Amino acid sequence: MNMMALGKPSRFLVPVLLVGVLAATPLLIRETYYINLLFLVLLFIALAQSWNILAGLAGQVNLGHAAFFGIGALASRILWISGVNPFLGILAGGVLATFFALIIGLPTFRLRGIYFAIGTLAMAEILRHVTKNALPILSLLPSAYIVEYDLTPRYYLALTLALIASLTVYILVNSKIGLGMMAVQEDEDAAEASGVSALKHKLLALLISSFLAGLTGALFAFYQVSYYYELSFSPTWTFDALIITFVGGVGTIIGPIVGAAFFVVFRELFARFLVEVHLIVFGALFIIVVLLLPGGIIEATGRVRQWARSISSR
Amino acid sequence: MIAIFAQQIVLGLLLGALYGLATVGLALVFGVMKVLNVSHGELIMFGGYASFWLLSLYGVDPYLSIFLSMLILFLMGVGLQKGLFVHVTKLGEAVRIKNSLLIGFGLGLIMHNLAILFWTADERSITPAYAGLGTSIFGVVLPLTRVGGLFVAVLAIAILHYFLNRTYLGKSIRATAEDWESATLMGIDIQKTYLVSFALGCALAGVAGTLVGVGYYISPAIGLEWTLKSLIVIVLAGLGSISGIFLGGLLLGVAEALGGFFIGMIYRDLVALILFFSVLLFKPEGLFARRMR
Repeated sequence: MNMMALGKPSRFLVPVLLVGVLAATPLLIRETYYINLLFLVLLFIALAQSWNILAGLAGQVNLGHAAFFGIGALASRILWISGVNPFLGILAGGVLATFFALIIGLPTFRLRGIYFAIGTLAMAEILRHVTKNALPILSLLPSAYIVEYDLTPRYYLALTLALIASLTVYILVNSKIGLGMMAVQEDEDAAEASGVSALKHKLLALLISSFLAGLTGALFAFYQVSYYYELSFSPTWTFDALIITFVGGVGTIIGPIVGAAFFVVFRELFARFLVEVHLIVFGALFIIVVLLLPGGIIEATGRVRQWARSISSR
Repeated sequence: MIAIFAQQIVLGLLLGALYGLATVGLALVFGVMKVLNVSHGELIMFGGYASFWLLSLYGVDPYLSIFLSMLILFLMGVGLQKGLFVHVTKLGEAVRIKNSLLIGFGLGLIMHNLAILFWTADERSITPAYAGLGTSIFGVVLPLTRVGGLFVAVLAIAILHYFLNRTYLGKSIRATAEDWESATLMGIDIQKTYLVSFALGCALAGVAGTLVGVGYYISPAIGLEWTLKSLIVIVLAGLGSISGIFLGGLLLGVAEALGGFFIGMIYRDLVALILFFSVLLFKPEGLFARRMR
């Protein structure tokens, strides 16, 4: 696809500049604190975009995104520790997550309504319980791995993944398949009547979404020096993806990016409290968005801009 | 060996009764309003804490504080319906389910973290003086507080059944569940019916919460687990009847106990997932599906 043919070149100026700045950051800033923070923003961008593909385009609410994140993390971590090349391990994590998505998607997408949401929630929670019971231990890297641990390659992996996830949303939105997904979200019967297979489009969205979520989980496992295996299945991964996407703007490309940045910065500001205050605030914001402002921050800024323009033209 | 087996079945039935009670509240709201409140488990958790504090601060017996826990949750339900879910009930059915899921999810997150803020993340039990007592029949132990839970659950469900079938308000709730447009034409105030149904669902969560706290334990994190169990019971039993849902709860409880017995405690939770998929594949309308209530 010729990028320039899609629109004015200025549309790509800001994203390209942003990626350039992000790519140069580790060369300019030496404090790991900030690199870590940026890493988390990128990780959450990838996670939120993966959720966004299914919910924002195909309209399916996945309440168990943590399952795919967790499977990716668990598989890649075990492969990596047992000596497999980490990149192959990360890829394997993504593939395995996609496989589980197929298992859950096929039976639940044939039925409508609540079944997919319940199925994903059930899968995530039950996998968490089983992991907690079967592997109740801390996953600590072997000392040889810790010695050669370096944040920089992980940061670039996160940048790549966030970029791939965002580009996937961009390409989908501008493709026939993406249009089909949006048609399914709008009205399944009408989509079927116009020859768009609802099952096919929902499944495809789920497979892409779970593959990206699996990769993100695998990246998390590659990033953490130590964590409890159970943690990667924690429902917070679902909460975070959902909240970031909605507060930013569901179904948009920039929404999850803006949402992730807000989320990580906000979480950092409230980190000194013992309780996760940021979750209470973001939970409330999320409800407000669902009820009153379905477009999230992106829509809100658009409205403010419109309002400012109408003031200035008066 | 047989005694251990029987013991597992009995414990499964006792827990299953609470699954049933928890689900009835959720299913009432979903059946009538097409609002899937996934913060139902967090409401149960709040009910548990209400009775916990009533006992530890004022010495109120949990079986007495059930009424207070019910009342508190009923009022919370009125608030939540009037403040939040009323906006959702004005939407079309598909969007309504989706948005209620999302709002419930956000609400659950807020309630979970508020509970940690107020009461710390510790696991607690409501322990009146008789908490450890129990009798034994043929070597099968019957813990007193859990048997009490079974009785209260059955009683609550019987009363609900009477209310829905014999009172005017109950009948109007059933009519709304059946067909809200016709119900409107018959002069039923839909929004009032929704308000009563939602608050009633919350009150049932209050009862369940106290019983969970007495027989088992509560912590801010139990919400999602109870929501999940209730959702699985809905899939197993369908929305056909209250007694069917209660049976579904018992079934899940026993199935989990058998899973723990035969394939080991580590994998006992997988049983629910396998049950869930089997029902979806072979009998998606639920095992005991009949017409509405």
